[in-house]
Amino acid sequence: MRRTALTLTAVVIAGLLLAGCTSSTPAKGSSSTTGSSSRLASGTINVFAAASLKEAFSKLGQQFEAAHPGVKVVFNFGASSGLATQITKGAPADVYASASTTNMDQVVTAGQAASAKSFAGNVMEIAVPPGNPAGVQGLSDLAKPDLKVAVCQATVPCGVTATKVFTNAKLTVTPVSQEIDVKAVLTKVTLGEVDAGLVYVTDVRAAGEKVWGIEIPVKVNASTEYRIATMTKAPNKAGARAFTSFVLSAAGQSALTFAGFAKP
Amino acid sequence: MQPSPAQRSPAQPSPAQRSRQGARAVPSRGAIPWPLGVPALLGALFLLLPLAGLLARAPWRGLPHILADSQILDALRLSLVCASAATATSLVLGVPLAWVLARSQARGISVLRALVTLPLVLPPVVGGVALLLAFGREGVLGRFLDEWTGITLPFTTAGVIIAETFVAMPFLVITVEGAFRASDRGYEEAAATLGASRLTVFRTVTMPLIGPSLLAGAVLSWARALGEFGATITFAGNFPGRTQTMPLAVYLALESNPDAAVALSLVLLVVSIAVLAGLRDRWLSAGTPA
Repeated sequence: MRRTALTLTAVVIAGLLLAGCTSSTPAKGSSSTTGSSSRLASGTINVFAAASLKEAFSKLGQQFEAAHPGVKVVFNFGASSGLATQITKGAPADVYASASTTNMDQVVTAGQAASAKSFAGNVMEIAVPPGNPAGVQGLSDLAKPDLKVAVCQATVPCGVTATKVFTNAKLTVTPVSQEIDVKAVLTKVTLGEVDAGLVYVTDVRAAGEKVWGIEIPVKVNASTEYRIATMTKAPNKAGARAFTSFVLSAAGQSALTFAGFAKP
Repeated sequence: MQPSPAQRSPAQPSPAQRSRQGARAVPSRGAIPWPLGVPALLGALFLLLPLAGLLARAPWRGLPHILADSQILDALRLSLVCASAATATSLVLGVPLAWVLARSQARGISVLRALVTLPLVLPPVVGGVALLLAFGREGVLGRFLDEWTGITLPFTTAGVIIAETFVAMPFLVITVEGAFRASDRGYEEAAATLGASRLTVFRTVTMPLIGPSLLAGAVLSWARALGEFGATITFAGNFPGRTQTMPLAVYLALESNPDAAVALSLVLLVVSIAVLAGLRDRWLSAGTPA
């Protein structure tokens, strides 16, 4: 009885080891749109991306995983400035996609990335709760003293861009809260806690029916440039390069355009 | 008269006893056994090393200049004011609650106790979301508050105090409830038989008895309120001078101005040490009846 149990255990363990061995070698002859890099991409890829990229990059991650079986793309979404600080303090990122050139420069200066490429642009939009309870008509309404407005904190990209918008429109807006990242602003709007929030057009699009968007005239609107780079100390360099190429490829670019991002 | 052998001083063991003791090596009173000492040392180092790191890396030269920044002073002032207000609110509401939990015979009290101490284990951000859903503009209660009085609590200093009270009050309730349970009812009964009303008994007998525990509970909740981040930023938002407390200021400064973040952390550390040092005797004797 004991011997049977022992043999059975040995067989199970051997079977698991065998299964583990075979899955780590990619199947020969599997074609993929990213060409030669598909052979090298494996394991886990840690992507640190700006909060506004959440929906678009999650979709891209799924497409990438489908094209590269066995690869897992793990995202860390947050304010670009916070992510840059994490990277310079040693967080193990493979790819960094920032919503501004300033934060990417921070990372490059710290020696964590060699060079970065622009891959998208974004402009701002006013988000209001469904039904527009406060009757916001346009940008100038945000300067009204009794209107509750949420913007991003001044050091994160969406906060910098919001400040540019207000400067362009020559408005003085006193927000009730300066949130940590753009998704936090969006949450305050969807919860109805504020009358309006300044977010990116892509955020309004991604939120669907949870918010209504009020466009900002092109003349006063401000844009921000998104940059992507592979980290010099990336634990998974091949994977990092593969994912970055994917984002810059035609497939990646069309997904970003579909989400509402502008061309770089 | 000679003392009989049975009345010999008990402190002096008999020769037979002494030889039995000598056979088994008696450790000296001060020595710590190493299976306890090594983990204890590691634990102490683990807790002290980050503090040492903070002190070692602090920008001592530029400290006065950094701290003179008005935004920093605003954050400090706001933190101290809100933490104290939150503690005061916790005392006013929490002590009676603790008394009810300790003394009431009603059914379901244990369920109530579990529920009111829930904020202790709830992640603070979750607490903030829950506060929004209750007291926010669209919240269960907040909606009526807004309609009837036009008062909204999120994004105000009052909102900060509410968020901090939410996370800090359970500490007070737990500490004080334990003290109420442990206190000797005999004193209260004696006072009652002498003619004191229930409220007088509570004021003059019960409360002084739990004094040390009350202080310990108040200090705990003050410290918890001072350090609150998640619930504050979710419910009260972040605006310098109005809702940006020290922890929020540190978090935001970390990205743009790390030196300021370290300086702020130092200030918080000094304040905490001052409070703990000032109350150390009371703190250590907390829980024992006066």
